[in-house]
Amino acid sequence: MANRYSIFSLLKESLRGHRGWAPAWRDPEPKPAYDFIVVGGGGHGLATAYYLAKNHNARNVAVLEKGYIGGGNVGRNTTIVRSNYLMPGNIPFYELSMKLWEGLEQDLNYNAMISQRGVLNLFHNDSQRDACVRRGNAMHLHGVDGELLNREQVRKLLPMADFDNARFPIMGGLMQRRGGTVRHDAVAWGFARAADSLGVDIIQNCEVTGIRQDDNGVTGVETTRGFIGSRRIGMACAGNTSRVASLAGLRLPIESHLLQAFVSEGLKPLVPCVVTFGAGHFYISQSDKGGLVFGGNLDGYNSYAQRGNLPLVEEVCEEGVALFPCLSRVRMLRSWGGIMDMSMDGSPIIDRTAVDGLYLNAGWCYGGFKATPASGWCFAHLLATDQPHEVARAYRLDRFATGRLIDENGSGAHPNRH
Amino acid sequence: MRIPCPHCGPRTHEEFTYYGDATVRRPSATGPDAEAAFYDYVYTRDNPCGLHRELWFHQGGCHEWLVVERDTRNHDIKGAVPARSVFSADDAT
Repeated sequence: MANRYSIFSLLKESLRGHRGWAPAWRDPEPKPAYDFIVVGGGGHGLATAYYLAKNHNARNVAVLEKGYIGGGNVGRNTTIVRSNYLMPGNIPFYELSMKLWEGLEQDLNYNAMISQRGVLNLFHNDSQRDACVRRGNAMHLHGVDGELLNREQVRKLLPMADFDNARFPIMGGLMQRRGGTVRHDAVAWGFARAADSLGVDIIQNCEVTGIRQDDNGVTGVETTRGFIGSRRIGMACAGNTSRVASLAGLRLPIESHLLQAFVSEGLKPLVPCVVTFGAGHFYISQSDKGGLVFGGNLDGYNSYAQRGNLPLVEEVCEEGVALFPCLSRVRMLRSWGGIMDMSMDGSPIIDRTAVDGLYLNAGWCYGGFKATPASGWCFAHLLATDQPHEVARAYRLDRFATGRLIDENGSGAHPNRH
Repeated sequence: MRIPCPHCGPRTHEEFTYYGDATVRRPSATGPDAEAAFYDYVYTRDNPCGLHRELWFHQGGCHEWLVVERDTRNHDIKGAVPARSVFSADDAT
């Protein structure tokens, strides 16, 4: 590694006027062929390449990114990490992710500003409390931390929340204290730098335009920078999964939908943890700069546009003000949109495809960011060994045909709900 | 987005309920490949980046089901026709 980041390297560079820093990763020309190609240089693709090199000793790996590193969903989310899941197919996977987050900065030698400030799901009636108790018990059974807070405990944390709302009084919440936020750009940069230092070629501005196959499976990809050969290709393309997979003739149980997020002007400390509003679909946290980071539901129609419409902005802000009336005169600084690969049961897919040597990592819906390290870990395992990782066994592509859905939302498989 | 309802004129999309891809058709339950056909019908989608034909229900207006043609890259709506005209034309062929 050109520079190992530490207090000593910082002091040394301070004395030299910061002229000695090397670029965090190279900008290599694509080679004619690789052992592994990962299509998509987002968080999941970079993590996959990193763990291929680190865990499986792969030394000839390329990540192909059509834009630039950090320009897609990895820089468009609301930075929340948590493992407060309910279904047996999901909890072990997200808990692996949580554990990887906890050691990630030391592993990558990169400051990702991981802050385990807690994730609090509020409940507003008896049945929601029962659901939270059930979820908390499911988490405990899998060794995940979870704690039921009563109204007074929540009031101590969130004095400005509206506890006397006539329709949705806050009765308490389910807290996962190990959850929190991570600086998302740093996750992309940290994985890119660490993968590059293990020899991974990160090739930006390189869009895949075709997938070549012969009788034995895939042979490589056509790109805007020429043909690149490989017998093992992993797709980690988030919102563009359907487009890339269609190059290999695959039609997937995925629709691309639009999710917006928002940041307010900077404020003094108001929200000490991540808070979700149980009476609607709204979540909020506060960045280290003081801006409130918040979001809500999908816009609700197929989209690749990366920008949303106003009715959803209004709905999200209404919910925010219902939870924190003091926000009514706060100014919104920015809003943006990302394209979610919505799977038909709300859970992801990490699996082989019908084409030999072509692997799929998709269907992350609106939960992809928190999964980044475990997704890379498990996808690297699948690419290197052709076998699913133990904690990702349920994420099969054929589960929709066989009826083994992972119905985390409790709403059933309904392709038009997403 | 404003959807040009053939009965009500251009109306905000908040008045409408989205129901997804309008090109999928319910397969025969008695066909030899019914199971595979139903898997495709229920789960898989073309999910195009570009023109998309989709169903919208004008819940806050005339209660007509519409087939809307919309560009998923920029939300530009090309037109809307009553769904019954599209589906009855399909049945005729």
